[in-house]
Amino acid sequence: MTTLDPTDTTGTTTVASSTGRTPGTRATNVIAIATGVAMTWLVLFALVFSPADANQGESVRLMYIHLPTIWVAYLSFTVTAVSSGLYLFTKKQSLGWDRLAGASAEIGVIFVGLTLVVGSLWGRLTWGVFWQWDARLTTTALLFVTYIGYLAVRRLGGSHQQRAKRSAVIGLVSVLLLPLVHWSVRIWRSLHQSPTILDTDLDADIDGTMLLSVFIGMVAFSLLYTWLVMYRTRVMAMEDLVEDQGLDLALAERRAEGVGR
Amino acid sequence: MIAFFDDAGFILGGYAITFVAVGAYAWRLVTSGRKLGKHVPDDDKYWT
Repeated sequence: MTTLDPTDTTGTTTVASSTGRTPGTRATNVIAIATGVAMTWLVLFALVFSPADANQGESVRLMYIHLPTIWVAYLSFTVTAVSSGLYLFTKKQSLGWDRLAGASAEIGVIFVGLTLVVGSLWGRLTWGVFWQWDARLTTTALLFVTYIGYLAVRRLGGSHQQRAKRSAVIGLVSVLLLPLVHWSVRIWRSLHQSPTILDTDLDADIDGTMLLSVFIGMVAFSLLYTWLVMYRTRVMAMEDLVEDQGLDLALAERRAEGVGR
Repeated sequence: MIAFFDDAGFILGGYAITFVAVGAYAWRLVTSGRKLGKHVPDDDKYWT
């Protein structure tokens, strides 16, 4: 049980047994440094070393962030679904799985938003328009809105367990959109090009330096995702604890009021 | 090279938006982590 500092008069709840340690650890520091190095390589390869495309010209350089951002979004939502399943279908129903699901979905929303923004800039250069109600673009927008809804549901009131249960169900259902988004270019006629890397034959029809740049981007953004999800999960755990402390404090005050009457 | 400068606003803008957005989110996480770290006992921080 948490020991609250009775001498605190600031209105905030400081804790006697806290040395103020942040969510940062040696592991997160190593990942942060590796991410910085990988991002530097990505910028060099994407903007300097890789050649222009025969058809798309220089605008192809946007691919080196467009592909990694949607990759991170896919990864995030898959982690959310797996964590949601682990929360729902394990005996312990650990809130750790719920926090991982929530943290990953939040990161996924940011990255799918970035995919839409960068994609629209790329679309303006190649198609002449920022937006088209095309199958891939529309399903990606639907994915974005769906996970904003997931995050909104997480903010509804109730206990942590109630939050975890209802959001886990949504997390498991929402992931069904991923194959629809990915294969939308095959299911419907689309302006958007077919998958370049994640194709069924796994035969990437792309220049060597370009492929290497895409690979560096994938590694850099995967490292970034790892750092963000570790940090966000830890911050979320602390938010839950502070919320519980506030609740405990309010209950203690009400009890003290009752005794005083 | 000339084509790059024609499209530079869009290309560099795309990179800038991505890095600024992710950087801002990471910064928000670090600052809220610092603030919350003072209010939570070390025993309750499972990563310590």
